Amino acid sequence: MTGLRLDPARRRRSVPARSGSVPARSGSDPARRRTGPARFRFDPARTGRRLLGVLLLAGAVLSLIPFLWMAIASTHRTGDLFHSPPPFLPGGELLRNLARLQDTVGFGRVMANSLGIAVVHTVLSALLSAMCGYGLAKFRFRGRGLLLGAILATMMIPLQVLLVPLFQMMASLGWVNTYQAVIIPFLANSFGILLMRQGFLDFPDELLESARIDGAGELRTFYGIVLPCVRPQLGALVIFTFMTQWNSFIWPLLMLNTEDKYTVPVALNTLTGLTHVDYSGLMLGSLLATLPLLVVFLLFQRQFVAGLLGGALKG
Amino acid sequence: MAVQTPAAPPVPLPAPARARHPRRPRLTHWIFAGPATVLFAVFFAYPLGASFYQSFTSTENGRTTWVGLSQYARMLHDPSFLDSMVNTGLILVVQVPLMIGLALVLAVLLNQSWLRFRGTWRAVYFLPAVTTLVAYAVVFQVLLKTDGGLVNQTATALGLSPIDWLNDPTWARVALIGSMTWRWAGYNAVILLAGLQSIGREQHEAAAIDGAGTLTTYTKVILPQLRPVVLFCVITSTIGTLQLFDENYTLTKGGPDDATLTPVLYLYKVGFQQMDFGYAAAIAWVVVAVIAVISFLQFRFFGRERKR
Repeated sequence: MTGLRLDPARRRRSVPARSGSVPARSGSDPARRRTGPARFRFDPARTGRRLLGVLLLAGAVLSLIPFLWMAIASTHRTGDLFHSPPPFLPGGELLRNLARLQDTVGFGRVMANSLGIAVVHTVLSALLSAMCGYGLAKFRFRGRGLLLGAILATMMIPLQVLLVPLFQMMASLGWVNTYQAVIIPFLANSFGILLMRQGFLDFPDELLESARIDGAGELRTFYGIVLPCVRPQLGALVIFTFMTQWNSFIWPLLMLNTEDKYTVPVALNTLTGLTHVDYSGLMLGSLLATLPLLVVFLLFQRQFVAGLLGGALKG
Repeated sequence: MAVQTPAAPPVPLPAPARARHPRRPRLTHWIFAGPATVLFAVFFAYPLGASFYQSFTSTENGRTTWVGLSQYARMLHDPSFLDSMVNTGLILVVQVPLMIGLALVLAVLLNQSWLRFRGTWRAVYFLPAVTTLVAYAVVFQVLLKTDGGLVNQTATALGLSPIDWLNDPTWARVALIGSMTWRWAGYNAVILLAGLQSIGREQHEAAAIDGAGTLTTYTKVILPQLRPVVLFCVITSTIGTLQLFDENYTLTKGGPDDATLTPVLYLYKVGFQQMDFGYAAAIAWVVVAVIAVISFLQFRFFGRERKR
């Protein structure tokens, strides 16, 4: 992961002289531009760049429109959304939409459920992944190869295969419509374990030995010395896990069946199924559903991308 | 006697050595690897086995009977299942190449050194991938609403006739493919971009010195090196497509006329609306088999460097 430069701007700062793709330098060279009648000369490289820039801009606008629409629509009345022309500026209905959303599905509770479930799941899952990854990376024991192979194999199996037996299991445990039914079954995360194991492999054994010599217990060594050293991987994993759990839909949909337990995706799904769909409320709900991920993304862009790249590298 | 004298000061090496290198308790590793292993056994291995067994059974009136391969045979004559496979195939053939192609173009553009504010561009293109899965399907549902949806309003303003996006079988597929591409193209582009950035600037320069144009540099030098990353994107997108549920469940519930039905959505309906657990399990295992075969083929044909 370290070999990858996730932040292009950083590299540009460090190698300013070399920026500019080689065959196409002439366009940006001020000395060339000043030479007489060449002002109106057709410069293919320059035109090409302009064209690509426009293309890029168009794509960016397409990327952003649904977001903008989501934000604008959540501040208008449903009736006004589908008039021609549609509203282009924010309106004044945000609070009323919010209140209605609270009335229909208790959206505050729903957000709290989602947040609580995602945080607890993420903390436990990341901890388990780190511990298991450490066990696999730093200890030799009988069955290690088998365990590693099994973990790799689980990555190939889609969750859908487990749905029916897991559902029956939850039913017989009496866990249907409980938080633990959503939190616990997918705590052990093979992607996370492999990611953490990769991080621990580089950790020097000598350091472990000296910690043991100094009398630190195994768990203290792990939490006090080893874990802080893999903070980048752990950060990436935490973000990745949080996002996965926040987005998780099919399993909570099966498990949770009263409004007081709903997570955000399940609540949104319920809203789309009503006879009179409250579109502006729905858009506000979608906006609120996206907001936490957006905040995490904007704050931790590097770890965010690193998390999703974890699988792409070292493969 | 005399021989023993040199060793007389009893150097107490062995004992302290043992104290300084205490033997690790035999089971320490299980403190670390144990909890996850137990969870895997309970919530993964057991249900996996159970579902495999279930796929050979049938439950009627609360009684489970062994029916051999008949659940699997049922699929061959089940129009809904066959439709779901056709739809998935269509998405695989149209959406995945479209999206990966778009992502590649984007990644190459975002990797251009003349581009200013590259971090911002990258973030903007990545944003769709940050939307909550269900939320983005909901937003597209509203954007694509037949009367008054933003897309149809734009179409009308441009002089085109409005389209019944989510109620016409063909257009519903287009809508699904379009919204999936919106969500995932930037995501794949960022992965590919990271791959591109790990290929040094020197390679571009070396190719230029050898007289290669920009296009040749990319097709002959850069893209072949990007092959593993492209493969990763293709395989994850393929698996994602074969497991598609959230998007079409929210957008169209698989309709109209099963036009956007996928195997996972179908197994959800079979298992949890019709409570036909055996059949649902069998469908799930067919999905697993298809994923395994397709991933293997992709790995086989695109994974290796072509020999000259």
